[in-house]
Amino acid sequence: MPALWLTLIVLALAVLGVWLGRAYALRSAGGDIRALHSLPKYYGGFVGLSTLIPALGVLVVWLVAQPVLIDRTVVSMIPSEMADDTGTLSLVMSDVRRVSNGLSLAVEQGVLSNIEAASVLPEVRTTLAGIGVALGSDVAPEILNAAQTYRTLDALGHFWRMVIVLGLAVLGLGAALSKIAPEFRARNVVEKVVLALLIAAASLAILSTVGIVLSMLFETRNFFGLHSWKDFFLGGKWAPNFRGDSDLSILPLLWGTIYISIIALLVSVPIGLFAAIYLSEYAGRKTRGIAKPLIEILAGIPTIVYGLFALLTVGPLLLRTFGTDGVLGVEWMSGTNAVLTAGLVMGIMLIPFVSSLSDDIINAVPQSMRDGSLGLGATKSETIRQVVIPAALPGIVGAILLAASRAIGETMIVVLGAGAIAKFSLNPLDAMTTITTRIVSQLTGDGDFASPETLVAFALGLTLFVLTLGLNIVALHIVRTYREQYE
Amino acid sequence: MITPVKTSLLKPDARTQKRNAAETRFRLYGLSAIGAGLAILVLLLVTIFNNGLGAFQQTFITLNVPLLESKLDKSGERDLEKIKKVSTFGYAPLMAQAMEDALAGNGIESDLKAKKKAALLSKSAAADLRNFVITNTDKIGETVEFTFLANSRVDGYLKGRVTRESIADDKSINADQLDLVDALVMSGIIEKRFNLSFITGADASDQRPEAAGMGVAMMGSFFMMIVVLALALPIGVAASIYLEEFAPKNWITDIIEVNISNLAAVPSIVFGILGLAVFINYMHLPQSAPLVGGLVLTLMTLPTIIISTRASLKSVPPSIRDAALGVGASKMQSVFHHVLPLAAPGILTGTIIGLAQALGETAPLLLIGMIGFIASNAPDSVASGLLDPNSAMPAQIYEWAKRADPAFYERAWGGIIILLAFLVTMNTIAVILRRRFERRW
Repeated sequence: MPALWLTLIVLALAVLGVWLGRAYALRSAGGDIRALHSLPKYYGGFVGLSTLIPALGVLVVWLVAQPVLIDRTVVSMIPSEMADDTGTLSLVMSDVRRVSNGLSLAVEQGVLSNIEAASVLPEVRTTLAGIGVALGSDVAPEILNAAQTYRTLDALGHFWRMVIVLGLAVLGLGAALSKIAPEFRARNVVEKVVLALLIAAASLAILSTVGIVLSMLFETRNFFGLHSWKDFFLGGKWAPNFRGDSDLSILPLLWGTIYISIIALLVSVPIGLFAAIYLSEYAGRKTRGIAKPLIEILAGIPTIVYGLFALLTVGPLLLRTFGTDGVLGVEWMSGTNAVLTAGLVMGIMLIPFVSSLSDDIINAVPQSMRDGSLGLGATKSETIRQVVIPAALPGIVGAILLAASRAIGETMIVVLGAGAIAKFSLNPLDAMTTITTRIVSQLTGDGDFASPETLVAFALGLTLFVLTLGLNIVALHIVRTYREQYE
Repeated sequence: MITPVKTSLLKPDARTQKRNAAETRFRLYGLSAIGAGLAILVLLLVTIFNNGLGAFQQTFITLNVPLLESKLDKSGERDLEKIKKVSTFGYAPLMAQAMEDALAGNGIESDLKAKKKAALLSKSAAADLRNFVITNTDKIGETVEFTFLANSRVDGYLKGRVTRESIADDKSINADQLDLVDALVMSGIIEKRFNLSFITGADASDQRPEAAGMGVAMMGSFFMMIVVLALALPIGVAASIYLEEFAPKNWITDIIEVNISNLAAVPSIVFGILGLAVFINYMHLPQSAPLVGGLVLTLMTLPTIIISTRASLKSVPPSIRDAALGVGASKMQSVFHHVLPLAAPGILTGTIIGLAQALGETAPLLLIGMIGFIASNAPDSVASGLLDPNSAMPAQIYEWAKRADPAFYERAWGGIIILLAFLVTMNTIAVILRRRFERRW
C-alpha cells in the first residue's frame, strides 16, 4: 500500500478518534460537561493525536530507514569485482533498482507471475523492454539476483510497514479511548503535545542547516578522496575534463567571484549610501514616501530578470562601446559576457539592499547628536559627514559585508552575464567565471555522481556556504553591537 | 588697534560660501543617487516591456485548407485509427495546395517553389492541422478555414526583428519570400494578433519558437507554490509561536535564533545543492518534479516567514495575553485564541511576500533539473502535477534565454512580463492586506 494511502487511512482513523473521544467523554460525564475536567473537544483532540502521532512518526522513520537498510543488504550481495569503487557501485545499484522496478511492473501488468519474477529469467532484458522498461545492457545474473532480493525485501518492508503503522494507529485510538474519564486532564496532555510539535517545528530550522552541511560534507569528503585537496585549494588552474585528470582549483573561480563582487559593490555602495543619506536626512515626507518604495521595487525583481538584462541589454551595450567596431573604436572586449557586465547588473540589484539597510542604520543614530552638531554651527552636510556617518560607520560596514555576501552567492546574473572562462585577469572586460556558475555547470551536465568533475561542485558549494556564513556572522555581529550602542 | 574687517551679515564671506557650496554639492550627490536608482528602474521596465510585449502578439496565416478524403481517409470509413496513421507529412501537400489557392485567389504571383511558399508556415502547422482533423473527423472532405502560426522569421519580419539586411546569411528565409509576405499582408492573409497560446501553451522545440508558450511552466510554478504554502506556512507559524511565546531564554533557543537569521542569508544555490543531494540522490524523489522544487523552496522561504511572523506576534501587546490569562485561559489558549488571530494579517502579508520571493527564484531549480527539456504536457491530475517533470516560470525564462534563436529572447522577455504580473499582484495584495488590517496599538 503506498504511503499516501496509509497516511489517508491514519488521518481518517484520527478523525473518527476525535469524534469518538468527544462522545465517550460526554457519556462518561453523563452528558453534563461541568463534570469533565476539560472541554469535550480536548478529549477528542487527545484521542485524535494519540492515533496520529505514533503511526505517522513510525511511517516517516520507516520511509527514511527502509531504503538504507535494503540497500545495505543488497550491496553485500554484489560481488566486489563488479563494483570496485563507490562510483560504479552507485551505477550498479541504480541498475538493480531499475530491474527490480521493471519486475514489479511486469507482475502488475500480468506479463510475469510472482513466482516467475523471483526465479532465474534468461530473457529478462527483452521481457522488460516489452513493457517499456529499457535497460542499457544485458542483465548479469548477480544483478538479477540482487534485484530479486531487492524486490522481495521491498515488498516485505511495505507489508510490515502497513501492518505496523495501521496497528499503531488502532492501538493508539484504543488506548486513548480507554483513558477517558471525567477526571482525566485532557487539556493539559493536548497542550503538552502541541508544545512538543511547536518545538519540533522550531528545530526544523536547525535540521535544515544540518542537512545542508552534512549533504555537502559527505560529497566533499568523497571528492577529496578522488582529488587532492592541495590542487583544490592551492592549484592555479580550473580545467575540468570529463575523461579524468582534471585541474580543479578553486582559486581562479574565487578570483572571478571576488572581482565581480568588488565591481558590484563599487556600483551599489555609493549609490545606495547616498540615496539612504538623502532619504533619511534631506527628503521630505512626501519624497521619501514615493522614492523609497520605488527603489525597493528593484529588490523585488527576480534575479533571472537581472540575468536576462545583463545578457541581452547591458552586455551588448558594453560590446557596442568597447568592442570591435564599437563607438570608442577600441577592441577591448570580444563578447557580451564580461566581469563588468555581471558586476554592473549585480550592483544594480544590490542598490536597494544597501540603501534600505543603511537607511535603518542612519535612522538609528540619535537625533541629539545631530542637534548638537547643528547647534555648534555645522551645516547639514558637515553634520552628516563628521557626526552621523562616523557614528553609523560600524553599521554601514556591516551592511556592506551583508551586500558582499549576497554578491558572492548570487547565481543567475553571473550564469547569464559573466562567462565560463576561469582565469586570473585584471581586465574587467574579460569573461571570467565564478564559484556559483561552476556549481551550476558541473551539476547540470550528464556527469555521474562519482567523478571528481561532478563532486567538485559540492566542495565549491561548501566553500561558498562557509564563506557567506562567515561574512554574515561577522556582519550581523557588527550590526547588532552597533544597535545596542544606541539603545 | 584692530581694523574691523568689513563684513556684512547679509553677504556671506568666502569661507561660508565655500561651505554652502559643499552643502549644495552634497545634497546634489544624494539627489543624483536617487535619480540614478529611479532611472535604472525606468530603464529596466522600459527594456522589459519594449522587448517583451511582442511575445503577446503573433503572426498568423489564414488559409482555406481542402481536407481531401483521398489523402486523409482513403477507406472513407472515418476510422480514427486509420486517420491517425496519416503522419504530418501527409498533410504537407494539403497545406501547400491551400497556399497556392490563396495566392491565386488574391491574384498574387510568385515564382517561388511551392516548398518555399509553404515554408512561411510554422513547422508545427502540419501537426496542428493533424490534431484538428483527428478531433473533427466529420470535417474530412470539406474545405475548412484554418489559422496557422507563421514561421518565426515571418513573425520577426512583421515585428521588425528580422529585416532584409539581417537575413543575408539566413538559410531559412530569403528576400523573395519576404516579398511574398508583403503581398500576403496587403491581402490580409497574414496578420498579427493577440497570442493567447503564449500564456496558456506549452514550450516548443528549438525549431519552433513561434509555438512556445508559458502555460505548462506556469502550472509547474503553481504546484510548487502549493507545496510551499502547505509546508512553509504551518511549520513557519509553529516555529515562530514557540520562539516568540514559549521558548525559555537559553543557549538552545539562542542557537535556533542565530540559525534562522543565518539561513535567511544562505545563497539560494546552496539550497539547490541540498535538494539535489537529499531529495534526489538520497530519497530518490523524481528529478524535475515540482514536488522537489517545492520542498527546496520551502526550506528557502521558511526563514522569511518565521522572521515576519515573529515580528507580527511581537507587535501584539502583552495586555492581550495578560487579559486572557487573567480570565483563566491557559497559556496555549491565550496564544491560539487571542494572539494568533490578531497577528494573522501580518503573518499573511509575510507569507505572500515569501511566496513571491519563492516564485521568482531560479538557481536552486537549475540544480534539481527543472531545465533542459521541453515541458510539453500540462499535468492532468494533482499527483502528476506534483511528480511529473515540469518546468517553472523562471526556469522556463532561463531556458529560452539560453537558446540560440533570437526569437526565443522575445519569449523570455514576454515570460518576464507574465512573471512580474504575478509578483506585482501578490505584492499588491500584501500591501492592501497590511493597509486594511494592520492595527496600531
